[in-house]
Amino acid sequence: MSETSLSTAFYTILKRDLTLAYRTRAEIVNPLLFFIIVISLFPLAVSPDPKVLQQLAPGVIWVAALLATLLSLDSLFRSDFDDGALDQLLLSIHPTSVLVLAKVLAHWLVTGIPLLLLSPLLAVLLYLPSEATGTLFATLALGSPILSLIGAIGVALTIGLRRGGVLVSLLVLPLYIPVLIFAANAVSNAAAGVMVAGQLYFLGALLALSLTLAPLATAAALRISLR
Amino acid sequence: MWLFYHKLGSPKYFYSLAGKLIPWFGWLTLALIVAGLYGGLILAPSDYQQGESYRIIYLHVPAAWMSLFIYMVMATCGAIGLIWKMKMADVIASSSAPIGAAFTFLALVTGSLWGKPMWGTYWVWDARLTSELILLFLYLGFMGLQAAIDDKRSAANACAVLALVGVVNIPIIHYSVEWWNTLHQGTTVMRTDKKTMDTSMLIPLLTMAVAFKLYYATVLMMRARNEVLDRERDTSWVKELAAEA
Repeated sequence: MSETSLSTAFYTILKRDLTLAYRTRAEIVNPLLFFIIVISLFPLAVSPDPKVLQQLAPGVIWVAALLATLLSLDSLFRSDFDDGALDQLLLSIHPTSVLVLAKVLAHWLVTGIPLLLLSPLLAVLLYLPSEATGTLFATLALGSPILSLIGAIGVALTIGLRRGGVLVSLLVLPLYIPVLIFAANAVSNAAAGVMVAGQLYFLGALLALSLTLAPLATAAALRISLR
Repeated sequence: MWLFYHKLGSPKYFYSLAGKLIPWFGWLTLALIVAGLYGGLILAPSDYQQGESYRIIYLHVPAAWMSLFIYMVMATCGAIGLIWKMKMADVIASSSAPIGAAFTFLALVTGSLWGKPMWGTYWVWDARLTSELILLFLYLGFMGLQAAIDDKRSAANACAVLALVGVVNIPIIHYSVEWWNTLHQGTTVMRTDKKTMDTSMLIPLLTMAVAFKLYYATVLMMRARNEVLDRERDTSWVKELAAEA
């Protein structure tokens, strides 16, 4: 067997996961539909009054994004676990954490990016002031990769379990709280016309931290789950 | 010293040592709790601002300290279990979780009981209360994961990873919550006027803190002994014990 370089392995996995995602398009659409439906429930449940919705908008959009990410997490390792590809991944000579990062990146590209692209539309639905749309976009761009990275740890810990779905949310949601606080606050501040650079820096710091540490924890968790 | 440490790693040795220590720890806990409560509820003067209701701190503050302390113990044991594959570290971590959750719950309940006369409501989205609530969620997640995995060894390792991830996150959560709160409603009332405590109040508080630590040690040893018996049930020494009983 000729040895492949680490970067080749990384891109191969990325390409493979993207191809797989493209072939099962319907599964990717579901969390997005969920995202839209949850948000459209709020005007029905609370009030269609623009003033109320405007105030709720940052929190509602972010909580919905959180839940949509949580729903999509299961697809991250599930099919690979079922057909044994995950075992092969762990047997690879390359560091598991880097390969895991490729998988998470692929997952974010197919779930996080569509969420990002939809967000301005939903901002309009909830009467978010147009000045805040850019900030909403920025927080989602910085925040949704963190959600995928942290979520991967939770999925990796529960992949071997039959009823892992609810447990993942129990494990992961408390860890999402800092992202939620900074992101929703940044959007509210932007809507009020206040500076938001500080919150965005915090989100960037959280992204850097989870980018470096989460793949290691995910790799360790996968090794435990697949033993 | 090292010999003692290695011996402690053996479930059989731990079982007999803990069996001898439990009565000592138990009685000492009882004595300190009685002394601390007497000092706190009867001897200590009432607060000039909060009247008698401040006395709940003799339960509340030690419980809150314990809730963080036990999470640290779990994470440390988790790391030891992952790195050196010590069985006893797994046992200690898994036996600690329900005790820690109980202390966290106690801190929340006493906090909200104190909040009723002081703040006028049982619940305030105060930064400290909120981060304590999140800590409770972290404990419950840990216990949920532990219950979901059948194999004890994998369960312990998975929980260890979770506890370590949690430890990295606890300070981030704590400070983000604190920042969130201060930004939303300005500094919260009662908490900020921290002044140095009078010795007559401080001594019972510290006594209670030590008593809670000893209580934790006692209950931990009891739980760990049960856990050891359960895990080692196929070994000869447990079978001998069962035959004697």
